[in-house]
Amino acid sequence: MAEVIRNEFTPVEYDPQYILQVNTLKKYFPIKGGMLGRTVGHVKAVDGVTFNLKRGTTMGLVGESGCGKTTTGRAILRLAGEKTGGQVLFNGKEVYDLSAKEMRELRTKMQIIFQDPFSSLSPRLPVGEIIGEAVREHNLVPKAEFDDYIDKIMDECGLQPFHKDRYPHEFSGGQRQRICIARALALNPEFVVCDEPVSALDVSIQAQIINLLRELQESFKLTYLFISHDLSVVEHISDSVGVMYLGNLVEYGSTEDIFSNPLHPYTEALFSAIPVPDPNAKMNRIVLQGSIPSPANPPKGCKFHTRCEKCMEICKYANPQWKEVESGHFCACHLFNDEEETARANEEMARVKADEKGKS
Amino acid sequence: MAKKKAEGYLSARESRRISRENRKITNGYEKKRKRKNVPESEYLVQMHDSNNSVEFDNLHTYFFTDAGTVKAVDGVSFEVPIGKTVGVVGESGCGKSVTSLSLMQLLQRPQGQVVEGEIRLNLGNKAYDVTKAPDEVLQKLRGNYVSMIFQEPMTALNPVFRIGDQINEVIALHDGEGKSEEDIKKRTIELLKMVGIANSEGVYQMFPHELSGGMRQRVVIAMALACNPKVIIADEPTTALDVTIQAQILDLLRQLKDRINSSIMFITHDLGVIAEMADYVVVMYAGRVVEKGTAEEIFYHPAHPYTIGLMASKPVVGKKIDKLYSIPGKVPNPINMPNYCYFKDRCEMCVEGCEGGYPEMISLSETHKVSCYRYYDKKEGE
Repeated sequence: MAEVIRNEFTPVEYDPQYILQVNTLKKYFPIKGGMLGRTVGHVKAVDGVTFNLKRGTTMGLVGESGCGKTTTGRAILRLAGEKTGGQVLFNGKEVYDLSAKEMRELRTKMQIIFQDPFSSLSPRLPVGEIIGEAVREHNLVPKAEFDDYIDKIMDECGLQPFHKDRYPHEFSGGQRQRICIARALALNPEFVVCDEPVSALDVSIQAQIINLLRELQESFKLTYLFISHDLSVVEHISDSVGVMYLGNLVEYGSTEDIFSNPLHPYTEALFSAIPVPDPNAKMNRIVLQGSIPSPANPPKGCKFHTRCEKCMEICKYANPQWKEVESGHFCACHLFNDEEETARANEEMARVKADEKGKS
Repeated sequence: MAKKKAEGYLSARESRRISRENRKITNGYEKKRKRKNVPESEYLVQMHDSNNSVEFDNLHTYFFTDAGTVKAVDGVSFEVPIGKTVGVVGESGCGKSVTSLSLMQLLQRPQGQVVEGEIRLNLGNKAYDVTKAPDEVLQKLRGNYVSMIFQEPMTALNPVFRIGDQINEVIALHDGEGKSEEDIKKRTIELLKMVGIANSEGVYQMFPHELSGGMRQRVVIAMALACNPKVIIADEPTTALDVTIQAQILDLLRQLKDRINSSIMFITHDLGVIAEMADYVVVMYAGRVVEKGTAEEIFYHPAHPYTIGLMASKPVVGKKIDKLYSIPGKVPNPINMPNYCYFKDRCEMCVEGCEGGYPEMISLSETHKVSCYRYYDKKEGE
């Protein structure tokens, strides 16, 4: 029997200080199986992600591979098909309610820089065309000014005008990433999802691209969602950070709060695993055992309990609430329950235990 | 059009001429290599220091391509002491991997050839120069004395064979004399347990696609350790992995190194990983070693401008800076290397001496060596 997808959430109202409001966003991918190709289960790639993003700031999204970072980024841009549940408000408009025509207009406002600059550029188009194609499609600039406009954008991104007639294979990794950035910025967006933009690059090139992204943010007044698994890069570029684990946001707060005072045990373990370039650095590392469980069959209760050092009885049965532990610092962990929540969690635990007994 | 030519575009005739010449050169090397019954005296050498397990001495590895000769490794010298970890850092294309492949003699032949220099491998009671050793001898050295953990566990394993069979094969080939099939299987399962795979009997029967990235890397490590090698080359073993899994693998490598008392040559571009793993650090740039020393010396007193730049360009957790330092310019074209210091065009700390030829290595301390003109007059003043 196929499971019923519950879609429960309290809708949020538009708050003008936020460019993007994501509320309990869910994106499940069906697993087809059996003789008739029926849906036998779901991969819960994004399973209830909530955050607000202020204009002109950068939010970092970190987590292990397979935790749903990229899917979250794509779901926000409506690039991953229909959502399964929740809300995505961009400037107060629900992204998933727009018609195809409205969506097309909105696309110029929200852009994405892809992870791999080697596979995200068409090998058959010259660079000028790669950058300018969408500009022409959307009629953003008059034909007469088109060439000048492309030159200007390329210059902003550190590319030379004579690069326009070259093809992507003639460029190095860093230059290609500049082309990807120029392509995204040519549409004059307000919001850019940067999906691991520097992971494929060398350290010295990484620094160039990160600096470029920050300069462009100031001159174009951009808002970034910066997806990366490199925590030191995220700390450098972000104003706020969200930590994801298995489709859920486990912690969210300002960069200082998250890095100086991580609340969730997963965040703590993740940060202690960062290698420090200092040979005499003290190593009181929390090494997480095992690897991330399958999102098609996530553990019951708190999804992290199978690898958690501070796992309690309650964690195995009850799902922790997403709540504001300190001002502006959100976390979902039973360690921070108040009395009311403990009572609720105990109740849930009793119910789940009874269910299990009933089944067996 | 004229511009294009200047930037290294070749005419077809030019390219043909180069490939003809290359063939002449590489045929010469190949002929020398294919001789039968090479006397041992030809590749028997003396270690300069018997406490080293590998000594790279003025190694030159060139690739003879149709666009010209690429000097991928151009005069690299460093030592790997017994029981220590040597970290090799550098950007992609700086020759880190080619150096390690030269030690394994797994270069893409006939284009890739060691044209000069020695790699002395300590076998306990004698030492061989692997660059001159014939293939039959190398076959015995690989696996038993030197082995390699490859960069991408996804591509290093054969997708159509079971994990167990792949490790069995290594043992049977290199260490299989007098061992029955059961013995080999027992050893394989023991290895899988050693690298921290809990369900070793189950994994023995599995195919690579059934395992996660971290598990695959463990299998690759098990394979490399199968015959207790004296030197393990780890070529970016954690680059493709998450930080949490990376921490597991680094822990594992450290434990295993102590257990079988071997040396590790650790290749990576992540300075954080190097700091954690290495006793000695070698910094490479454009096919040459620009600086080498102990980990403390390199991280606390980096001397070469490239090392300094590399350290400054990596964001560090807990250190708030407004703008990251980025090294200007890019690596010179490997086909037409300049005849002055390779880093001069990108260097912001140039001194007068930099006009001269490529700087020789000079010692700052017994272990700390750097090839940069900035330290020349200091030395002479002493």
